[in-house]
Amino acid sequence: MSIDMERKPLIEVVDLTKKFHKLTALDSISINIYEGDVVFVVGPSGSGKSTFLRCLNRLEESTGGNILFEGINITDEKCDIDKHRQKMGMVFQQFNLFPHMTIMKNLTIGPIKLQNKSKEEAEAEAMRLLERVGLADRAQAYPSQLSGGQKQRIAIVRALCMKPDVMLFDEPTSALDPEMVGEVLAVMRDLAEDKMTMVVVTHEMGFAKEVANRVIFMADGKIVEENEPKAFFDHPQTERLQSFLSKVL
Amino acid sequence: MFGKLTDSFLLNFVKEERWKYITDGLIITLEVTFFAVIVGIFLGFLVAMVRSTYDKTGKLKVLNALCNLYLTVIRGTPVVVQLLITYFVIFGSVNIDKVLVAVIAFGINSGAYVAEIIRSGIMSVDNGQFEAGRSLGFSYFKTMLYIILPQALKNVLPALANEFIVLLKETSVAGYIALQDLTKAGDIIRSRTYDAFMPLIVVALIYLLMVMLFNYFVKQLERRLRNSEH
Ligand SMILES: Nc1ncnc2c1ncn2[C@@H]1O[C@H](COP(=O)(O)OP(=O)(O)OP(=O)(O)O)[C@@H](O)[C@H]1O
Ligand SMILES: [Mg+2]
Repeated sequence: MSIDMERKPLIEVVDLTKKFHKLTALDSISINIYEGDVVFVVGPSGSGKSTFLRCLNRLEESTGGNILFEGINITDEKCDIDKHRQKMGMVFQQFNLFPHMTIMKNLTIGPIKLQNKSKEEAEAEAMRLLERVGLADRAQAYPSQLSGGQKQRIAIVRALCMKPDVMLFDEPTSALDPEMVGEVLAVMRDLAEDKMTMVVVTHEMGFAKEVANRVIFMADGKIVEENEPKAFFDHPQTERLQSFLSKVL
Repeated sequence: MFGKLTDSFLLNFVKEERWKYITDGLIITLEVTFFAVIVGIFLGFLVAMVRSTYDKTGKLKVLNALCNLYLTVIRGTPVVVQLLITYFVIFGSVNIDKVLVAVIAFGINSGAYVAEIIRSGIMSVDNGQFEAGRSLGFSYFKTMLYIILPQALKNVLPALANEFIVLLKETSVAGYIALQDLTKAGDIIRSRTYDAFMPLIVVALIYLLMVMLFNYFVKQLERRLRNSEH
């Protein structure tokens, strides 16, 4: 904790609020995320987990508060959000690979078009990452030819190819058949061990307990409780979290 | 019976080189269709982009309203009336090539239909594609260009090709501004020879042949697209 106070946060969320018309999806959320943090976000359906994550890279526009990313206020109208998004990788529940491109093209289009990488350079980096997730042999395949687990591993690699400073995951295994969950979690575990900063929304409590260094419990658009994983799961403080855990564990 | 048909054929197409009406008319029809298609795609594309941008981001409000007006007016009035207005009202006081007038009128008309086809194509692409593009750092327009449009166009290629067939047939009203297209050619021959059957049936057959040929290509294209399911 004392070290945290001295380090500068990578993402500083201050009073983040998001209203959909009358419905308050996020109610004045504040949190600091530091480099190397692996923050897991859990909570009941509709509590605002996805909205929180999507506000972080402004896929969802917040209606109040500020987000400072690497010291820059990215909720500012004038900031070039496209630039900052390159540094925030995002992985979706539904993979969202580009179906009209080969895997290799999926992985290199960002670095080539946005970061002025040469084709060779981008492909070499993509190949290196593909090998790391064990999918080097599928480089020339199309997304429709892959299994769900393979698609999600590719989606993670696509985000990594941009060399992000933080990775955002929104229920990355929820759309997968159970037998494919493990291979995706393995890649995420590998990333966490590599000290990648990660914010992960998930229902995989066991995985959260194992990989997270911080776990956050959200309910009704608020952060109700936060703790390190062991204490979070073994000694929940609030009644809301106690009853939530009793239902999901 | 056969002799009568031969006589009729000779009278309507060979005598006084009347077949030239048909070939000249056919060239005009193809010319007008071809360039009108290009104008239509260009316009339709622009309008579709404005409308989808408005749908997705709420930007371009004024342009979007203009596009809606265009779509409403063009789709709510007969193409013949549009052609007449273009010729006699808009270009009424200037000396302008009738082919050009027809290209403009049919192009503007087709643009309205093409716009809705392309827009439906854009809407058919899952919004997750859009979010994936934006989350990588692509701007709105680059996401459109690299990710959405290639998928959208592939989805609507058959519908677009069909629009060309419709347009080819619609240009047959070009005679209203005294443009001698294929239909007008048949009608001119009819008025010279007082024989309606032969020239009009031949004109109909030529249209039919062109449409069937084009349909065949569209079917091939559809099959090719379906086979490459990615
Ligand atoms: N685009 C939207 N328009 C209107 N309301 C929305 C929209 N997106 C989310 N909401 C609402 O905001 C609240 C928070 O939704 P959110 O998707 O963030 O929840 P979640 O915690 O991710 O739930 P889940 O576990 O089911 O994914 C919900 O009440 C939801 O209905
Ligand atoms: Mg969610």
